[in-house]
Amino acid sequence: MNFEFLFNNFPELTITGLAFGAIYALIALGYTMVYGVLQLINFAHSEVFAYGTFAALWTVLALGGDAGVSSGRGIAILVAALVAAMLVSAAIALLLERVAYRPLLKRNAPRLIALISAIGASFVLAELLGLRDRVAGWFGLEESLSEYVSGARINRSMPTLLERKKLFSFFGYDVTVIDVIVIVAAIVMMFALDQFVRRSRLGRGIRATAQDAETAALMGVNSTRAVQVTFLLGGLMAGAAAFLYMLKIETTRFDVGFLLGVKAFTAAVLGGIGNLRGALLGGLVLGVAENWGSALLGSEWRDVVAFVLLVVILLFRPTGILGESLGKART
Amino acid sequence: MSTAVSARPKRGAGLKGRVVAMPKPLKITLWVLLALLAYALPLLEPPIISPPGTDFGGVLFTVTIYCLVALGLNIVVGYAGLLDLGYVGFYAIGAYTAAILTSFHANWPLLLALPVAVAASTLSGVLLGAPTLRVRGDYLAIVTLGFGEIIRLVATNTEWLGAAKGISNIDRPPGPALFEIPHLNWDTGTPLLDFNDTTTVLQFGVLDQIPYYWLGLTVVILMLFADRLVKDSRVGRAWEATREDEDAAELMGVPTFRFKLLAFATGAFIGGLAGALYASRQSFINPLSFLLLYSILFLAAVVVGGQGNRWGVLVGAFLVAYLPERFRDFADFRVLAFGAALMALAIFRPEGLLPPRRTVRAKQMEQEIDALEEGAETDGETSRA
Repeated sequence: MNFEFLFNNFPELTITGLAFGAIYALIALGYTMVYGVLQLINFAHSEVFAYGTFAALWTVLALGGDAGVSSGRGIAILVAALVAAMLVSAAIALLLERVAYRPLLKRNAPRLIALISAIGASFVLAELLGLRDRVAGWFGLEESLSEYVSGARINRSMPTLLERKKLFSFFGYDVTVIDVIVIVAAIVMMFALDQFVRRSRLGRGIRATAQDAETAALMGVNSTRAVQVTFLLGGLMAGAAAFLYMLKIETTRFDVGFLLGVKAFTAAVLGGIGNLRGALLGGLVLGVAENWGSALLGSEWRDVVAFVLLVVILLFRPTGILGESLGKART
Repeated sequence: MSTAVSARPKRGAGLKGRVVAMPKPLKITLWVLLALLAYALPLLEPPIISPPGTDFGGVLFTVTIYCLVALGLNIVVGYAGLLDLGYVGFYAIGAYTAAILTSFHANWPLLLALPVAVAASTLSGVLLGAPTLRVRGDYLAIVTLGFGEIIRLVATNTEWLGAAKGISNIDRPPGPALFEIPHLNWDTGTPLLDFNDTTTVLQFGVLDQIPYYWLGLTVVILMLFADRLVKDSRVGRAWEATREDEDAAELMGVPTFRFKLLAFATGAFIGGLAGALYASRQSFINPLSFLLLYSILFLAAVVVGGQGNRWGVLVGAFLVAYLPERFRDFADFRVLAFGAALMALAIFRPEGLLPPRRTVRAKQMEQEIDALEEGAETDGETSRA
């Protein structure tokens, strides 16, 4: 137990933990919304995130971003990368809904089968990324795209476009501009999503479908549309998370989604699945607890801390910290 | 229309009816012959089935381990309806206990370590189940997933458990060298006895894995009998009642929590046994043998085959374990193809390849009701017109 290390680095551990937690939370939104509406673990959501990281990486490469560009140009490239990541992730999420879920929902298949379908989709998507050089080879594009598809199974890193400038000091830890961007962006997006689901017409449709799909359909809610919008929103958030992840970590690989997905799902359950604010809280708690725990016990115990925390919280609060429900009235 | 609906089930019942109608001695002979064929399979090395370039006996042993695991997980997922995403944790506990006792910290013979390994994993099943089985449905899935990962990470990080290097020199089962059996050789297109390629009966060696396959197959057959007895007993009915409607079962006097815990412990028992056998065959284990991916593959085996039907899950286990080995030529695209197959199966055969009779009956009834309702609607419309 290395208490000294924990206390000496407490501010740093907390801030970086919050930044990680914010990324977990953004991914967790996708799990939590789909679960709230369909009571289904969208196992393939991790791949939605993974494709987002690659969309960001490829956009930066395509626009010629490298460490030398001026800061104005660098920021423009980053904005483009954010937009690309969100669009690609949203497209993948919608594709998933169309191919892997809708045929099952139509037949009223058992929920476990939907999980198997999602697992299959997740394997297919991850392997397509991992074999992207071969896939490009089928079209004879291996040479011309080599910058994008080479090293398909190893880590690929993104050039640093944003200097890690110190913004202010927080009890002795120099908070960088990246930490601030990650945390603030995540919270702003969460707030926007929360307001959208609470106030807009489509959001009301989603909540109604989550409460009782059949009655909602009778009341004129287009439930297919509501499910689509749910996947779309989850995809957009995962894309934003992917961009922020690339900003902070700067490397990705074809199976990056797996661990992040498991952690994000853990965060969703921790906060109370189906609950948007719960996802934020769960993500932040998980990120910070992981950082503190790994400081205390050694970084190799990081994931163990996360899972033990989950098991312990579920034992004492079986529906997560804030309790479940996207539709509020559902018990 | 009613003839069309009721004519359907009869076709399936024809072949089955003929088998059921056979006299008992004939049936038993048939089963014994099938079992003998299964035992002899690695010696026959039939050309298309036997995967090129790899040891057929080893592949078949892997298949039996998957079958064993699938039977165990079927009790948890198929009978009791508890979604377990961390089954590999029990498998790991069985394997690690056997490894520690026979090689790493003691020198026990395998036959002595095996019961301890099984007891340890059963105990872990009870310890995990007692607090978590009160949590419902999908939460249980994520808690068990967490459990599986915790076991693996603890093994990776603890020197006492061999850390990332793993444990080697795990004991093999004892076996006398009795006599040698030649394999068949199909190189010329016709089967020939090949006396250069022989298997020494009951010598559990490094190179020849066929005796392991026989051991695994024997355990699977024993488990099938046990499974049948349990499923048809009061316990099996209680599990199914709990799965179908927990509240109703509780009201009818079924102590659901106790039965769920029993299902969990039984599943852990079989998982631990499979893990210990696997460790003994490999003679070497490290944490990479117990990734979350395996939990998912095990679950896929159960669901693909048809959860709740013991023959179904055997078929599923066979497919999940065997197909990737058979199609090693496509090495890089294996996982991709497997994922696509899972999706296709889920979409086109959501009840699994061999669903239990109950599910088939329920589905037929649903179709009949749908047909009747549709008929009533069209009648109503015509009368209105």
